[in-house]
Amino acid sequence: MTQTLSLTSSASAPNLRAALRRAERPGRLGALALALPALLFLIVTFAAPIGLFLTTAVRNPEVRDTLPQTAAALAGWDGDGPAAPGEAAFAALLADLTRAKEDNTAAALGKRLNYESAGMRSRIMSVVRHLGNFKDGALAPQFAALDPVWASPDLWAIIKRNAAPVTPYYLLTAVDLQQDASGAITRVAEDQAVFLGILGRTLWIAGLVTGATLLLGFPTAYVISLAPARIAGFMLLMVLLPLWTSLLVRTTAWVVLLQTDGVINQVLLALGLTTEKLQLMLTRFGTVTAMTHIQLPFTILPIFSVMKSIPEGQMRAARSLGAPPFFAFWRVYAPQTLPGVTAGCLMTFILSLGYYITPALVGGPRDQMLSNFIATYINRDLNWGMAAALAGLLLVMTLSIYLLFLRLVGAERIKLG
Amino acid sequence: MFRKPMFLAATTLASCLLLGAANAADPLSVMSFGGAYQDAQRKAVFSAYAEETGRAVSEQEYGGEIAKIKAMIDSGNTTIDVVDVDAPTLLQGCDEGIFETIDWEKIGPKSEWLAGTTSDCGVGTIVYATVLSYDEDKLEKAPTKLADLFDLATFPGKRGLWKNPATNLEFALLADGVPSQDVYATLATPDGLDRAFAKLDTIKDQIVWWEAGAQAPQLLASGEVTMTTAWNGRIFNANKEGRNFGIVWDNQILDSNYWVIPKGAKDVEGSLAFIRFAVEPKVLAGIAKYIPYGPVRSTAAAEVAPEDARNLPTSPANLTTSLTLDNAFWADHGDEIRKRFTTWLSN
Repeated sequence: MTQTLSLTSSASAPNLRAALRRAERPGRLGALALALPALLFLIVTFAAPIGLFLTTAVRNPEVRDTLPQTAAALAGWDGDGPAAPGEAAFAALLADLTRAKEDNTAAALGKRLNYESAGMRSRIMSVVRHLGNFKDGALAPQFAALDPVWASPDLWAIIKRNAAPVTPYYLLTAVDLQQDASGAITRVAEDQAVFLGILGRTLWIAGLVTGATLLLGFPTAYVISLAPARIAGFMLLMVLLPLWTSLLVRTTAWVVLLQTDGVINQVLLALGLTTEKLQLMLTRFGTVTAMTHIQLPFTILPIFSVMKSIPEGQMRAARSLGAPPFFAFWRVYAPQTLPGVTAGCLMTFILSLGYYITPALVGGPRDQMLSNFIATYINRDLNWGMAAALAGLLLVMTLSIYLLFLRLVGAERIKLG
Repeated sequence: MFRKPMFLAATTLASCLLLGAANAADPLSVMSFGGAYQDAQRKAVFSAYAEETGRAVSEQEYGGEIAKIKAMIDSGNTTIDVVDVDAPTLLQGCDEGIFETIDWEKIGPKSEWLAGTTSDCGVGTIVYATVLSYDEDKLEKAPTKLADLFDLATFPGKRGLWKNPATNLEFALLADGVPSQDVYATLATPDGLDRAFAKLDTIKDQIVWWEAGAQAPQLLASGEVTMTTAWNGRIFNANKEGRNFGIVWDNQILDSNYWVIPKGAKDVEGSLAFIRFAVEPKVLAGIAKYIPYGPVRSTAAAEVAPEDARNLPTSPANLTTSLTLDNAFWADHGDEIRKRFTTWLSN
């Protein structure tokens, strides 16, 4: 028996497998064709724009497009030396800026170079405003008269470095690193190191919220799964109800509850539990509370649906075999809920990482998460490179946590329902 | 059936006549910020201009978005003759070359304008201020100088501050004894920046941060803070609604709006003539009747009625120790300082 089996598998199995694959191909293609519109929709409206946006984190067109002659003149200059480049570079810069003034691109150039060194914006703009007043003869002293910094090599090194079509600047800044004048990568000054701290804070808040929803959600899901059908339906409705209200409305409702003259403080004062009003708004506590409330259904639902699928008889069997109630629950029931717990926690954790509006309204300055900074860079500072770099950081963080989870728990053990 | 064509012919004829008249003097198209501010401009400037010159003003409104002005210029059809912009927009637009150069010969002597409110691309018009404010009904002893903001011993309680390094770092240095004219030179040095943050450190635990302009008077009204920095227009409005908020006219930080002419405007001479009219001392002073924004022109300040003058950031009695916000400084150093401010906030 074994012999025949091994014989057939060794001789004809590849053929058989290939034949099977051939036979299945039309069906698979048909399925793919059916999914194609949705797939295309995803690529065109989701993957492609995000991918394009993320490339702005490394794109560096300003110097290249605006100062082509200067970049060429600086190509042979040794940026590490103690001296500024020769007259040719000054003449090239003057020619480039004259064109930039006509094309109105000088402002964008100044803004870009200002990221590298504060004050570059006004240096570039003062040259542009001064263009008509340059006289024949040596240009270097005339530039130095506008701003002595033009005589130092540092500023030219910045221009030379940024002539490359891609820049590591935004990505490095997003992880609190910088490239110094010689091109070596170093940590930024302590008072400029913002983003790693904020990333840590984002992960910590998301973790707190996930823990809190699990603590509240697991017993709730357990009670619903044990309740008689009609009551369970009602309870489930109660869990789902907040999901049908806009996120903004739920967040504002928390503002009403938490503010200093809000409902919670008034109740506490009336009951005599406190003698003075508590600061609940603009705190970490308020942020985590509001986010926990909003995320609760996302944790409860997967746990509940997994619990529903666990046969009730198992607990009875464990009890009848002599297991004490807690032991039966812990050893027989709880392990089977793990796929739901994992799925619920993963979903809440990942959604919490991207929170924006709730920390902005309920949290204080110490509770702002990475998304708030992305929004600031997009809306106020118009620094899309920085926004893309931070968004990329968040995306990489989210994906690695997801992959880590898959690795630790196993894909088959995560179940949404 | 019969009357309709007649009516049509009549209106066509009428509009032809109107068009003929309009060709002689097209209405001047002016864009401003709408709301109470534009109402004040209409009453004080636009209607007076129409009366004086016979040329109507057609009004547009916007929210201060430079993108709107840029889009209009890029389309090659600049339909608006004069725009009211805030200081950062003036700076950015001037850098990007989207405004016509102002011929100051045709406006007036620059020396009459407050320092920092004349530009190659724009003419300063009104000034508003970030001021220290308190509730007179709640405080037994009123603060009298900016330094009181940092005096927790005499004035215990929370402080409201705008959640932005701009204005706060200036206030910190001013309260620490740096004279107005040296504030930005000091801030530009690492030691000066340290000094400003160190001063803010002394009240850090007591600060309640506000972000929207309307929050500042609310913080005062609810008694959440003993005193707060605020925009003077907001305090004025709260007082109109029955509050009794006081303003400490010491070391207030001034910022202004500007008239600019977008590139490609059809009638630059006409636009310049309008601006000249709008900043004439008597006309400019008229705005203060409706909104507590002061004229940037010293000769106009004298024309303001005394009962309005006490609310203005620019009336001589209030102006002795003021500082003009340096938007160019913030454009250069904003990135760096904002990062430091963020780390400072979270520590």
